[in-house]
Amino acid sequence: MPTITIREALNQAIREEIARDESVFIMGEEVAAYDGAYKVTKGLLNEFGPKRVIDTPITELGFAGLGVGAAMVGLRPIVEFMTFNFSILATDQIINSAAKMLYMSGGQFKIPIVFRGPGGSAFQVSSQHSQAMESWYAYFPGLKVVMPSTPADAKGLLKSAIRDDDPVIFIEQERMYGNKGEVPEDPDFTIPLGVADIKREGTDVTIVARSLMVPVALKAAEQLEQQGVSCEVIDPRTIRPLDIDTIVESVKKTNRVVLAEESHPICGVNAEISTQIMERAFDYLDAPVKRVSGADVPMPYAKNLENLAVPDVEKIVAAVREVAYLD
Amino acid sequence: MSKQTAAPPSRAGAEEQSSTSVIDAPAQDAPADVDKKQLARERDEVKERQKDRFTGLNKEQLIGLYRQMLLIRRFEEKSAEVYVAGKIGGFCHLYIGQEAVAVGAISAINKEDFVFASYREHGHALAKGMSARAIMAELFGKATGCSKGKGGSMHMFDKDLGFLGGHAIVGGQIPLATGAAFASMYRNSGEVTLCFFGEAAVNQGAFHESLNMAQLWKLPCIYICENNQYGMGTSLARAMSLRDIAQKGCAYEMASEFVDGMDVLAVREATMRAVQRARKESLPTLLEVRTYRFMGHSMSDPGNYRTRAEIEKYQERDPIKLFSASLLEEKIVDEKALEEIDKQIHEEVEDALRFADESPLPDAAELYTEVYANPIDPSRNRDR
Amino acid sequence: MATKVIMPKLSPTMEEGQIARWLKKEGDKVAMGEPLAEIDTDKATMEMQALANGVLRKILIGEGESAPLGQLIAVIGEPNEDIASLLSEAPAAATAKKEEPPAAPEKEEPPPAPAQQPAPPQQAQAAAAGAGTVGNGRQAAAAPSTGRVIVSPLAARMAAESGLDLRSIQGSGPGGRIVKKDIEAAMSAPKPAPAAPQRYPRPVEPGQSAPAFGASAYRDEPASQIRQTIAKRLVTSLGPVPHFFLTTDIEMDRAAEMRKGINALDPDLKISVNDIIIKVTAAALIQHPEVNASFQDRFVRYYEHADIGVAVAIEDGLITPVVRAANQKSLSQIAAEVRELAERARSKKLKPEEYTGATFSISNLGMFGIDEFTAVINPPEGAILAVGAMTSKPVVRDNEIVVRQMMRVTMSCDHRVIDGATGAKFLQTFKKILENPLYLVV
Repeated sequence: MPTITIREALNQAIREEIARDESVFIMGEEVAAYDGAYKVTKGLLNEFGPKRVIDTPITELGFAGLGVGAAMVGLRPIVEFMTFNFSILATDQIINSAAKMLYMSGGQFKIPIVFRGPGGSAFQVSSQHSQAMESWYAYFPGLKVVMPSTPADAKGLLKSAIRDDDPVIFIEQERMYGNKGEVPEDPDFTIPLGVADIKREGTDVTIVARSLMVPVALKAAEQLEQQGVSCEVIDPRTIRPLDIDTIVESVKKTNRVVLAEESHPICGVNAEISTQIMERAFDYLDAPVKRVSGADVPMPYAKNLENLAVPDVEKIVAAVREVAYLD
Repeated sequence: MSKQTAAPPSRAGAEEQSSTSVIDAPAQDAPADVDKKQLARERDEVKERQKDRFTGLNKEQLIGLYRQMLLIRRFEEKSAEVYVAGKIGGFCHLYIGQEAVAVGAISAINKEDFVFASYREHGHALAKGMSARAIMAELFGKATGCSKGKGGSMHMFDKDLGFLGGHAIVGGQIPLATGAAFASMYRNSGEVTLCFFGEAAVNQGAFHESLNMAQLWKLPCIYICENNQYGMGTSLARAMSLRDIAQKGCAYEMASEFVDGMDVLAVREATMRAVQRARKESLPTLLEVRTYRFMGHSMSDPGNYRTRAEIEKYQERDPIKLFSASLLEEKIVDEKALEEIDKQIHEEVEDALRFADESPLPDAAELYTEVYANPIDPSRNRDR
Repeated sequence: MATKVIMPKLSPTMEEGQIARWLKKEGDKVAMGEPLAEIDTDKATMEMQALANGVLRKILIGEGESAPLGQLIAVIGEPNEDIASLLSEAPAAATAKKEEPPAAPEKEEPPPAPAQQPAPPQQAQAAAAGAGTVGNGRQAAAAPSTGRVIVSPLAARMAAESGLDLRSIQGSGPGGRIVKKDIEAAMSAPKPAPAAPQRYPRPVEPGQSAPAFGASAYRDEPASQIRQTIAKRLVTSLGPVPHFFLTTDIEMDRAAEMRKGINALDPDLKISVNDIIIKVTAAALIQHPEVNASFQDRFVRYYEHADIGVAVAIEDGLITPVVRAANQKSLSQIAAEVRELAERARSKKLKPEEYTGATFSISNLGMFGIDEFTAVINPPEGAILAVGAMTSKPVVRDNEIVVRQMMRVTMSCDHRVIDGATGAKFLQTFKKILENPLYLVV
């Protein structure tokens, strides 16, 4: 299997799906002539032309809604937000139109659309350009929310998202575009939505991590192995629907769990996972569920402050030791 | 002149002191005392213009337009009646007074073409061919409703008839309609999309973002602004700096037109011009259709923001009475035929009411269906 | 090195103890295992042993004074050792387990300190890497002085399933939280067999007989769906233990005759009617194992032997010493045992294991002239029999009115485990045997 970056894996997924299905197209700011603000769409305009790869004005609400309308009548748009920070402008169309159309039309109008782009913390771009948005979207029934952490997951999940008949929020991690990994070349390679992946098996403590926190958790697990603690690292990959069964099974085995995320803790995805663990595995918990979240502040600019705001290996190690009653 | 119309006898040419036509008068300037004679004179002028537009339409088509407007009127009157009786929940935005807009515009397109509307959409749904039964049942929240009782008054849909919904966030349907038109352009499939919205939606960003893209990408979308002069209880004058909405097309180099929304044939003709532009040149159009809603914004509207006199002024131009007068004068129909139509429509509405009343409520299991087209272990989404 | 002496936990339900008497005074030499003081618990007066060698340096709680569990009550140390720092902690209620394992009620064998117990593999790993040691400073901050047991949900479930009494386990987690490894340690710890103050004895295989004076063996069977539903529904109506009552009249002439006959053989035996009732109850229970049972939420526990609790009124309340395996004992054994237990109950000398863990109880108020009453079940037992006075009454026998010695009994049943018919059948057998005590020997 070739080793490629997440950026290249996403590019492959989009290219393959546009080639595979006439109704698939991608639109967004700078996706065509500029080759993508983060180069995810590099080369696509050349290959498919301006009908399938469309530069939009800076008009997030407008092109998000346009995508939903096109999906209502059978197209399968991929809408790129240059970053998910800008999706905030489009939330009316994502939430009020995309998420609810099937239901409020009594099942008549499905919305096969993917809203994708980078999200989470970036490097030193301060508060408005560096934030995790997944808990917003995960809140709404009707949406599916996907966050890959490896090149293979990025490709397999994006292809599934494009083929899915529901609106999918696909949040990539800006800092991870260059991360490398092996990716199958098979154009039919997909990874089903709604299935968590056990990134590392272990027996003592379960760490649930997504997106940027997956490699951080894996590093923490390595360190903890040296300290005699065996960690199981679970990447839910799909936040909604959440594969809680896999998480609960792991917690039943390890009896201790640390939930890592770079988003703010209040009303976050981990707050939900924590509640579900409590509801489903209360009798298996040997320690309170421990969250490791991003700082509850807008993202600062200064490098040292930014480092403090994003969870790192040390924070996860400390949390694991705490639930394992080692400190 | 027929007794069928409630308008007072007119005396053409008398008392010409006002140069302002009623439809142009800003709502704020509505006179406390209406000059009935002046109103009647103006009405007659409009009627004469309307009769000039009969050319090119056969009797069936003309009667069909009348019939549809009257169906909407009677349907909405019945909705108000049963709403008050507690049979309809939530909001109920009535279309009475604006019938000529939906009927005139939708008469200019085909079955395959798409229609989007706002939350005041019962009339558009009927005009697009949806049955009074399915709409009334939806108002009643019944399983037989056009959205299976999940949408209600503000969310009527019919995929087969190209009715793509009532949408309840002001302006929310405008990008959606633009997207449907985009799909027609993308597939070169030839449909046009009609997008209805009230004048208050024009102040939303979604309107401007959509018109920009539609003109930029040459999308066959016709934006029909139903200017009924009030955004809920706020008059146009209090909400919009440039009140000439048709002019806003200039900002996007989009063709636009001002239309008398009390004349069903005027609306139809303007829409036909726009449809032609869409089909031939794949270009959008903005129509500002001046109209008036006779009822409140919703059933809970206290109506304290406008005077009785102002409402009466517009009722003098009731599009249905105006059109029936034209039809009688042109001898397209006689009184008896009109009575027969009224009777049929009465029966159709009563039938819809009975159907809605007798239909079952949605099954409790419906609560969890149709959240996802491809559900992934639906049990995970249920109550835990 | 100086050692703290804390108020030990000497009964399953004890929250604080009162010093009845110090058996050593300040300055006395003490050896490990030597009695140090007598402590009144909520149930009995118990001896507390020294758990260190040295000199009793300081007594902090005087005779007649009380202290909550875990509170420092004395210090043992070398004669000239500076104990000021220990004394300064005196108001702090708790003390860390590293320094002071909880005193156990049994004199013979204090429970092994956690460090001596086989560590679970995970703990061993961590220890090997020089990582965690159990028992940290935070523990001392939150004392179990309120009597509330702090326990992880998993540990709570494990304890319930393995019949461990959480109150007998010292938690190693933050704030003294009992966690999984504490339960594992407790389960793998050697059992100080007969003396252990357990409420739920270790299960034995069916057929394997229990030690004559130990708690009864039992088998657990999953509570059926209907059993669980009955339990849930009845509890909502009547509280945690849904009682119902069955009453019957018993003709006691033959039992009284038998008693007279036996006592005539050997006046030292002093068999009472109550002893006969205990014996008959035990016999009937063995014939009706479904009544010799206890509801345990997820399962129903059936006991192999009939351990009969006998309610004894004492000065300031009531205690129920247990006659173990009454079904296997002779009347004379039962009589002697009951007498001895009752005596020690009145002088508050019962050990916890002597008044807990019955499978069925009997309360007899006949001596107070009570004809009939209902008794309250002592959970987790399934039933209790309330015995009234024996009186001469006219009854009809063979269509004639005759005088008989009649006694009325009322059985209170826990409806979660015993249904009306089940209880009635038991009572029928009980009545049959008691009216014809010869059945005891058939």
